[in-house]
Amino acid sequence: MSTLSLHVTLAHPSFALEVHQDLPLAGITALFGPSGSGKTTLLRVIAGLERNARGTIMFDGETWQSERVQVPTQRRGIGYVFQDGRLFPHLTVEQNLRFALGRQRRTSRPAVDFAAAVAALDLGALLARRTPSLSGGEQQRVAIARALLAGPRLMLMDEPLSSLDLNRKKEILPLIEKLPEAFGVPVLYVTHNVDEVVRLANDVLLLSAGRVGAYGKVGDVLERLDLSPLTGGVETGVLLRTEVATYDGGVATLRVGAQQLRVAMGAMPVGTARRIRIHARDVAIATSRPQHLSIRNVLVARILRIEPGTGMNVELLLDVEGEHLRSRITREACDELALATGQQVFALVKSVALEEK
Amino acid sequence: MAELELGPVWLTLELAAVTVAALLIIATPLAWWLAFTRSRVRTVVEAVVAMPLVLPPTVLGFYLLILLGPAGAMGRAWLTLTDDTLTFSFAGLVVASVIYSFPFAVQPLQAAFEGVGRGPLEAAATLGAGRFEQFWRIASPLAMRGYVSAIVLAFAHTLGEFGVVLMVGGNIPGSTKVISIAIYEHVETIEYAQAHVLAAGLLVFSFVVLLSVYTLNRRLPLVRI
Repeated sequence: MSTLSLHVTLAHPSFALEVHQDLPLAGITALFGPSGSGKTTLLRVIAGLERNARGTIMFDGETWQSERVQVPTQRRGIGYVFQDGRLFPHLTVEQNLRFALGRQRRTSRPAVDFAAAVAALDLGALLARRTPSLSGGEQQRVAIARALLAGPRLMLMDEPLSSLDLNRKKEILPLIEKLPEAFGVPVLYVTHNVDEVVRLANDVLLLSAGRVGAYGKVGDVLERLDLSPLTGGVETGVLLRTEVATYDGGVATLRVGAQQLRVAMGAMPVGTARRIRIHARDVAIATSRPQHLSIRNVLVARILRIEPGTGMNVELLLDVEGEHLRSRITREACDELALATGQQVFALVKSVALEEK
Repeated sequence: MAELELGPVWLTLELAAVTVAALLIIATPLAWWLAFTRSRVRTVVEAVVAMPLVLPPTVLGFYLLILLGPAGAMGRAWLTLTDDTLTFSFAGLVVASVIYSFPFAVQPLQAAFEGVGRGPLEAAATLGAGRFEQFWRIASPLAMRGYVSAIVLAFAHTLGEFGVVLMVGGNIPGSTKVISIAIYEHVETIEYAQAHVLAAGLLVFSFVVLLSVYTLNRRLPLVRI
């Protein structure tokens, strides 16, 4: 596992970045936060693109930056996917890719093969095209392949999907998801979209106003109630680990331990592990199994904690088959139902809340 | 029909070609620096580069005469090195023309490099390209229109210079007698026919060059970043 050690500061006219954090990099790590929190700036500092950054950056024991040294970008062995692709407009797709290939780092790592990168991102039909004529989604696929062909030890991705529409995003997400495994390269992924964090990342570094708000496993960080102000109003909620049990006509049955949830989603092979995010506000509570109700998803749960929420609400932390679930209800309802820690309840989850975004 | 006098024509073309070649070598790094530096000295340098646009050629020529003359710093060094004077020689004309046409080469190149911007260069750096490769493989092809403009403008401007040449080069056939000087001489001696030939030739030539540049510029792929 690679480790990226950051002790950096950068004074901008509008805000100051100050990050002290060791990041053990495996799989995909999300750099998450609201707009203007410094995510892109931090990524550029790591890449060596911000000259005024101060402090130290170490990658796997190699110094990228210190008081005396600033290793130039081209010698850091990174791959970088910019928000806007930044393909070279005077070169064809193939020439763009070969530009990277010609400069691929000769290291002990297995070389990234041209054909493998073209196949992984499905670029075969585009090779002869000039890049300005490509669609946004095609440009980003080329940009990702190009970055891979540079033979990076660390892949930096700056909101590569932000300029794409929903359908294009759905096409590219699975390609990004498999990068770490297919090419053996850890990924630092900047996004302000919590759904992308849930879908892609193992770990998340939450940035707020240029500082680290939290760092940890995605599930742990997104579950924390106290972080809501830092994420710019992202709802508290949980990540439920599920597995596709059956899939039929656009609706999947997801297994949560011995229980099941029915969710509308794009085609998924049976047995696929899938994390779903459930907001506290979308979970209601009943003390007996409800009948004559439109809500289809009912999970048996046990109350672990009752926490004060915002305004007249309380938040319940529930245990479902060893997984966590959160529910936000009014204090009044909580009193009326005489809810108490340890009690068994039925958690009602609105199906629309589970729909894939 | 007056006898065609080709000496000044070839000399003029040679002077313009050598001047443009020298300008590209000198102006490219300066334009690059002006386009990307964050230094405060930049505005001062920009003003100095633009000076030949506004100064009367006689002012420029006067100072060049002093600088390039046997008593001037550059002229003395040249005299020691080559045993020849810089003033009233072809080499001196090249130096004068380079300075006189300097903004016509620097400004289009600077604008072109600014148009390319840092974006593609940063992308090239993340792919492992060093500084020279960023310039040679990425910035230069993307700035091609700027190069075409710089070459044509500097070439055409050198063809048309008069005042500076008169001050620094005089009127030595085969060495410093360029077309504009020859025309002046013909007019002075009331040889209007010969003046007509040279003047019309320069007129047509300039028009054809500019026309082909504008046509070419339309055809060159407009590169958007």
